Amino acid sequence: MDRVLEKVGTGFSWICAMVLLGTVFCIVGYLLINGISTINIKLIFGETDPMNALLFRKQVFDGLFPAIIGTFALVALSVSFAVPIGLAAGIYMAEYCRGSLKKVFSLFFDVLAGIPSIVVGLFGFSVAIFLHKYFSSKVYPCLFISALSLAFLVLPYLIRTTQISLENLSEGIRRTAPALGATKLQNIFYVLIPRSLSGIASGVILSIGRCAEDTAVIMLTGVVVTSGVPKSVFSNYEALPFYIYYISSQYSDKQELLSGYAAAIILLIICGLLFMTTFFVKHRLTYHALYRP
Amino acid sequence: MKLIDRFVEKFFWVAAVLSLAVTILIFAFMVILGLPLFKGGQFFDLLSKPWLPDHSTFGIYPMIVGTLSISSLGLCFAFPLSLGCSAFISVFGPKRLSKILKKTVQLMTGIPTVIYGFVGIFLLVPIIREIFKSGSGMCILSASLLLSILVCPTMILIFTDSFDQVPKPFLDAADALGGNKVQKVLYVILPYSWRGVLTGLILSLGRAMGDTMIALMVAGNAVALPHSVLDSARTLTAHIALVIAADFESLEFKTLFACGIILYLFTTVIALSVRSINSKPWRRK
Repeated sequence: MDRVLEKVGTGFSWICAMVLLGTVFCIVGYLLINGISTINIKLIFGETDPMNALLFRKQVFDGLFPAIIGTFALVALSVSFAVPIGLAAGIYMAEYCRGSLKKVFSLFFDVLAGIPSIVVGLFGFSVAIFLHKYFSSKVYPCLFISALSLAFLVLPYLIRTTQISLENLSEGIRRTAPALGATKLQNIFYVLIPRSLSGIASGVILSIGRCAEDTAVIMLTGVVVTSGVPKSVFSNYEALPFYIYYISSQYSDKQELLSGYAAAIILLIICGLLFMTTFFVKHRLTYHALYRP
Repeated sequence: MKLIDRFVEKFFWVAAVLSLAVTILIFAFMVILGLPLFKGGQFFDLLSKPWLPDHSTFGIYPMIVGTLSISSLGLCFAFPLSLGCSAFISVFGPKRLSKILKKTVQLMTGIPTVIYGFVGIFLLVPIIREIFKSGSGMCILSASLLLSILVCPTMILIFTDSFDQVPKPFLDAADALGGNKVQKVLYVILPYSWRGVLTGLILSLGRAMGDTMIALMVAGNAVALPHSVLDSARTLTAHIALVIAADFESLEFKTLFACGIILYLFTTVIALSVRSINSKPWRRK
């Protein structure tokens, strides 16, 4: 009986592992086989000269360039909203908040972390409509609203990673500077934050990844299929994930479908690189930041 | 100097309160904008009626059924798979292969959802269509299969974390008594880490219910009540994404806030239950 159980159990876990590895392999392989041959300069820049496009002298009409720029602008904007608030709130949670207040705060942050992205998107959309009605009729769903909503989406990740990496520091490190007469704030900025930098940085990179991949929020808050490179933060924009979604449901010919595959590969590479960076950062950044002259 | 210190500390506090306020504000917005729905018990009507815009009946019952069936079926696929994989990583697998699997799983958390959906449409949907020879292949089954791949990493990472917390003496004791690996998993590791397993399951349920893109792209989005796993269905999240273009003042649009409120409340329940699972003192079985 035990022999049978042992065989079945071991076999089951091997099968599970192989199924999962096989699935990932299939997904990535399928994309690469179908899309890798279409990736070239023309796909990204269309008929426009790459140099002119990169310097924003000319608009690109039939390439992925505006979508890539849109994604980057979106990520940069939302991360610059979210990071200061997220880090500050994380520091507050780890160093100042105590007792039952801390429990209340962390419950709310857990809820915020769990809110489906589409609900955050709906919130962003309603805010835009609300402002449009009562504030100024010039406000529409736009890059700014999207970035703000995405910032809400990644805020709990930033708070959590900052808080956890600060709390994980040993008591010894925590007490040394105050014992030498440093104030609480000096201790935080000169000792605790540098020490937990790798944790904080990987939290930031993970939230960049979340911003880059999210589709549900932006499709409610201002992303469109063709708009060119966004002119200001209050205009519509294109983004890679939305382009992929759009192609999958509305493609008209084979060429468009192929550009969808290519866009998926580019997005996968961007997210993969960001992810590799977190691994690298976790192991290396602290070393470089602290122990190298 | 003192003044700056006070200012910076104030800033930390303000940031935390601001984040808290956002959480509340999201809910408040849903309730205020959906307020007309609450008048005259209409809200509960919505939850039990079908979606028939031609008869101006805007019930979201089919979407609730869609969400529940897709996410629960997805978990049914994902749970055994994740349990097997985590056991492989922690106990059964050869060291190198376990490490590769764990790295792959971690990498999977970074794969954009829209890519799963994209590959699903062009790879999985035709396969399902060929096998079952019914409909377009865009059905609950395809969506839940993809969803299970999406939630697997969440589950596996939480499971392996809790498996790793089993004290080494426990494992050594099992070895010393001559227990084989399967017995070790069944009688030592799983009973010890049931709390982590349950947490992983609940959090994945939340992730499965909150996901928009996979259901939107692969489940077919029919508003009729699904009767089998091969029927097309629409989830609450996909519903929000699809109706957004409608007139802002219409009842049709207001129902979106009902969907939002349901999803929000569900999230709160999940956060509360995870908290209560992990806060009770550890009881020995």
